[in-house]
Amino acid sequence: MNSDSMLGLLATQLLGQSGPTFWMPPVGSRWAQSVDWIFYYIYYIAVFFFLLIVGLMVLFVIRYRRRPGHEAQPSPSHNTPLEALWSGIPIILVVTMFWFGFRSFMDRAVIPLNAYEIQVVGQKWSWQFQYPTGYVDSSLHVPVDRMVQLTLTSNDVIHSLFIPVLRMKQDAVPGRYTKTWFRAELTGEFPLLCAEYCGTGHSDMLTTMVVHPPGEFEQWLERASNFLETMSPVEGGQRVYQLRGCKQCHSIDGTAGIGPTFKNLFGHPVQLVSGQTMADENYIRQSILEPNAHLVAGFDPVMPRIQISDQEIGAIIAYIKSLSDAAPATQPAGQADTAAAAGEQSPAPATQPAP
Amino acid sequence: MGERSQILPHEHGPQVQRLEDNYLTHTRGLSSWLFTLDHKRIGVLYMVSVLASFLLGGVLALLIRTELLTPRQTIMSADMYNVMFTLHGAVMIFLFIIPGIPGSLGNFVLPMMLGAKDVAFPRLNLASYYMWVAGAIFVLASIIGGGVDTGWTFYTPYSTTTNTAVIPVVFGAFLLGFSSIFTGINFIVSIHKLRAPGMNWFRMPLMLWGLYATAIIQVLATPVLGITLLLLIAERALHVGIFTPAYGGDPVLYQHFFWFYSHPAVYIMIVPAMGIISEVIPVFSRKHIFGYKAIAYSSIAIAVISFLVWGHHMFVSGQSPMANAIFSFMTFAVAIPSAVKVFNWTATMYKGSISLATPMCYALGFLFLFAIGGLTGLFLGALATDIHLTDTYFVVAHFHYVMFGGTVMAFIAGIHYWWPKITGRMYNDRLGQLGALLVFIGFNATFFVQFLAGTKGMPRRYFNYPSEYTFHNVFSTLGSYMLGAAFLLVAAYLLYSLVRGKPAPANPWGGASLEWKTPSPPPPENFDHEPVAGDPYDYTYQEYDPAVGGYVDKDQVKRVS
Repeated sequence: MNSDSMLGLLATQLLGQSGPTFWMPPVGSRWAQSVDWIFYYIYYIAVFFFLLIVGLMVLFVIRYRRRPGHEAQPSPSHNTPLEALWSGIPIILVVTMFWFGFRSFMDRAVIPLNAYEIQVVGQKWSWQFQYPTGYVDSSLHVPVDRMVQLTLTSNDVIHSLFIPVLRMKQDAVPGRYTKTWFRAELTGEFPLLCAEYCGTGHSDMLTTMVVHPPGEFEQWLERASNFLETMSPVEGGQRVYQLRGCKQCHSIDGTAGIGPTFKNLFGHPVQLVSGQTMADENYIRQSILEPNAHLVAGFDPVMPRIQISDQEIGAIIAYIKSLSDAAPATQPAGQADTAAAAGEQSPAPATQPAP
Repeated sequence: MGERSQILPHEHGPQVQRLEDNYLTHTRGLSSWLFTLDHKRIGVLYMVSVLASFLLGGVLALLIRTELLTPRQTIMSADMYNVMFTLHGAVMIFLFIIPGIPGSLGNFVLPMMLGAKDVAFPRLNLASYYMWVAGAIFVLASIIGGGVDTGWTFYTPYSTTTNTAVIPVVFGAFLLGFSSIFTGINFIVSIHKLRAPGMNWFRMPLMLWGLYATAIIQVLATPVLGITLLLLIAERALHVGIFTPAYGGDPVLYQHFFWFYSHPAVYIMIVPAMGIISEVIPVFSRKHIFGYKAIAYSSIAIAVISFLVWGHHMFVSGQSPMANAIFSFMTFAVAIPSAVKVFNWTATMYKGSISLATPMCYALGFLFLFAIGGLTGLFLGALATDIHLTDTYFVVAHFHYVMFGGTVMAFIAGIHYWWPKITGRMYNDRLGQLGALLVFIGFNATFFVQFLAGTKGMPRRYFNYPSEYTFHNVFSTLGSYMLGAAFLLVAAYLLYSLVRGKPAPANPWGGASLEWKTPSPPPPENFDHEPVAGDPYDYTYQEYDPAVGGYVDKDQVKRVS
């Protein structure tokens, strides 16, 4: 809390509180404030030099435009003091820019010891945030005014976690861990995006960062962590489907996405590249644990392998069953109506896209 | 030869303006072009080829912008969009902007500015062109193979795992690297060995300093790209573990290798452009260039420092904070030589007699746009702000302001400046000025708003975007249509001038470098007599002669009248 807070304090006075400015989104942390301060510091210097250069250019073009009776007048083509001046002043200015940028960056690079740690895994095309309880969520929940450390890695290609409101970005690189930290000071929900190109769903790899008011984060985490105990298997499976990134690629309405749809999957034959099989419990379990071992015809082997518990797999199987008209026996009462209604809308059990 | 000496009564009368036997008419037939060793013809071949690539890349850009008219799918799928922006980048970078100025204008004017008959190694020069053709064939072949969706940076492990046609494009870029190296070698040797009598290093036009600095980067940096791309192919084809974690490699290593070339490469793109501006501004201001040595040395300084800044592309990649700090500092260091050049160009106009002929309009546009491009680089050099801005549209806008607002504007300025020399024809200057204005407005409309989208947090390479960025994207797309239309106008009057243009005099603008001391178009061997070099920025001995439509030496005017 040294130059970070100093710059932040200065920024507060110069820029006002957390609202957006013309160039920048809302300010969600003191560090973001110091970034904005440096941004506007460089900005005003840049505007000054831009106006100076373009102003002189326009002035010269008007004043010395070619016209009858006007000739170029002799003037020196070299002036050492002037050239030293216009080299020296920019050197001093860019050194100050470097220094402010560097000091602020070091506050970000040095991770505080007592930060609350959340593990982040990027994968095509969703984020997985694992909390100390072991619970995994697809959006980032953090307590307000508390230092939070993110430890990032990736399951497949490089992703980059980007939270504009915190002015924070960090690549998630497969095969290594990268770290960053922040202290959110604005409660609410804010966009969280992927900034490193990662393929088809790159621009859909966005979720929210939820900053909880004091005391509410712990309650949320406890409630969220126990959802499989408190919910029915189908509801729990639906939640796993939403949280663990399944929904980015697998639809539940029969349309083929990046992966096959879950609608009317269970209990129906599946056309694999290597032959035909029946979509039963074991097929689904194996498809999750070894995603690309048995590829469905017409799809690319892009599904990542994810860390998932048996309990979660069981819940997903229950959920996929609930989406199929071929598995009525296991439907709990609450889900039966919706599934039946969905079944009526498309009586032909077309589980596969045409090859 | 006998024919020419009859119509060239040199030194005893007015300068000869036109020749019947010039490099365009000296030999005829397709093979006389395809197997030519004449640097001027190779320059023209390059010009046609890179401009065709520019057209292709531009059409891809318009398709990309059209897709971004709406926040969701507009005219193509996400996969097709990814292929489009990859090809736009690869075509524009590898086929157009890297070979663009050195290959076309550089090839044409470098030997003439030196007062030489040709480059040092004419056969190597032709080989360079055919390397370009071979590379282009591989890049275009990948389109037939379904295209590539990696982005022009080919980041691993995406590029080693995607099922698109990566290898043809990467191999094409590998071949294009050799094309670039051959040109670089040729230019370095030519500048060292072929300067005309009287031309010491500090009497070279600054265009030559620019091409020299560029050639150093081409020769020293491009081999690293070649090795990197071969390793990438080896990894993809043979699963050798270098960059991909699944095979035991390190993806951040790829980024180091790639940017070790690709950052210096942006100076391959911009430094020759700066050379053109250093020619155009003094000529159209009728003033000696201000601070010659500072501009010359700053080109070399840029070439040297450009090798030490590559890590600024990787501030959020997970490289060490120490490395980040050093690269940030070096990045600010490389800003200074560019700033010095801009001040010098501006000062050159002081007390001049400024003509707003088309090349000068583009040069002034360059100053405006390059100032924005350079100054916005400061936000990306500072560590704290880069973390927010990297990989957003701010970078896209910054890059296009430097590469398009800088290099392309200068390239078009150069095309208009040397067009009479190359083709022997004058174009319509009014239409030229109008074209420059429309390009300038269209460019700003397309790209300025992207700075704002970026600072507000819109990442680059986005197929779908949050609806809060709709205004920025629609505005940008409409600007791009205007830009495309402006280029149609430019292409139209330039092509028209080939057929109906007025014959060009030897020196329509009053340039003092040696290429203006020979007729337009030049004879096959450039000069009838070996020229003697003086100060390339001394315009005091020239005078405009309305009878000729161009500039002639003052003593000649006296003799005629």
